[in-house]
Amino acid sequence: MNSAQYYDAIVIGAGPAGLTAGIYLSRARLRTLIVDEGTVGGQLVLTHEIANYPGVESISGYRLAMIMKKQATNFGCDIKANSSVRHLELEGEIKSLSLSDGSTYTAQSIILTPGGRSRTLGVPGEDNFKGRGISYCATCDGDFFTDREIVVVGGGNSALEEAVSLTKYASKVTIVHQFDHFQAFEHAVEEARNNPKIHFMMESVITAFYGNESIESVDIKNQKTGNIINFKTNGVFIFIGYIPNTEFLKDNLPLNKWGEIEVGEDMSTQITGVYAAGDSIAKHYRQVTTAVGDGTIAALAASNYIHEHKSKYKQLLMV
Amino acid sequence: MLYTNLEHIETAADHSKIISENENVMVICGRMGPMCIPVYGIAEELENEYTHVKFYDMEFDNPESNVIRGLPEVRGFMGIPFTIYYKNGKVVKATSSIQTKEQVKTILDKEFATTVNA
Repeated sequence: MNSAQYYDAIVIGAGPAGLTAGIYLSRARLRTLIVDEGTVGGQLVLTHEIANYPGVESISGYRLAMIMKKQATNFGCDIKANSSVRHLELEGEIKSLSLSDGSTYTAQSIILTPGGRSRTLGVPGEDNFKGRGISYCATCDGDFFTDREIVVVGGGNSALEEAVSLTKYASKVTIVHQFDHFQAFEHAVEEARNNPKIHFMMESVITAFYGNESIESVDIKNQKTGNIINFKTNGVFIFIGYIPNTEFLKDNLPLNKWGEIEVGEDMSTQITGVYAAGDSIAKHYRQVTTAVGDGTIAALAASNYIHEHKSKYKQLLMV
Repeated sequence: MLYTNLEHIETAADHSKIISENENVMVICGRMGPMCIPVYGIAEELENEYTHVKFYDMEFDNPESNVIRGLPEVRGFMGIPFTIYYKNGKVVKATSSIQTKEQVKTILDKEFATTVNA
């Protein structure tokens, strides 16, 4: 077997938590591999500007992610992006991981930092109209909807703030929200309510998308009355929160009812030698800074674990 | 400006030259945004694997990108990046918005299949 397949630690997820763990582990001279099913940076690259990362006045999420990546690789960390996990074995002294490209790796410790992703509506037709009227990014696609009538789905801070932002382009923005109240901060709600271009359809959900080359209308169901109306619109922006990327863990690790990983103070999970950090763990605040903090703690705890068990691990590998 | 490791297309003339001189070309026309960056990353990774394909990007807000934004194949597109696949100078496939690595590979394998001599 190729010795290059053995690592001291494997980090699953290359967002800020995973990259931070990679920086700390590789700087501690531990052979470290970071794998990610998507692009390096995770949701950090989705952020146009970060102005509250201490020590950096203002930077794009992409730039910050690339700096973190460079720091990790400069310390010797290996990174494999766009590789999804096919098989994972977390129990036992030697953890193993198989990727979609057929490669297999083992490690003494694993740090789980898979992050989260935008929640989709799951309504038929949503995939077909992605990029043809359905968008999850106002700053990316807002200008395609200049002087058009659009719908924003959601009731949190992102939905209301992006709805206001989209009024720069759209002639009318209708916010469709499933509840009779918003979860957003009051100032965001007030700003949206005071905007003459914004209209509201509360206690309502989209049930279908219609169109040819692009979206032409949607069905909107009033949850209270059950009435469904066909609503003409040129675009739908969806901001209904995030879900943790933990589906691949469901057979390996207990998750809470939201699919999050429960961890201890040192980011340890219920399995010895396995740690977790970042947006996929059960916690209240999800920021780049908190992910970086979690990743640091997980890496330090994993380093201790690896050093304590290294001789036993080497013996097992020689068997 | 696009901060990627791909070759950039700056002008319509460059674009024309590239697609006429290369059999298989993929051009990602976008911005440094969340839907575009993953596609650039995928292309960067696939450059080594698909050596018979030339990978480029072009800035969406560059007026010269009209050569892409004006294509009939992108009519109805309302999400960046616009990713265009050219074979012998002709558009054989175009996609809008973010794509996964598997989606990109499926297109490359179908449209730019290589002939293996027995």
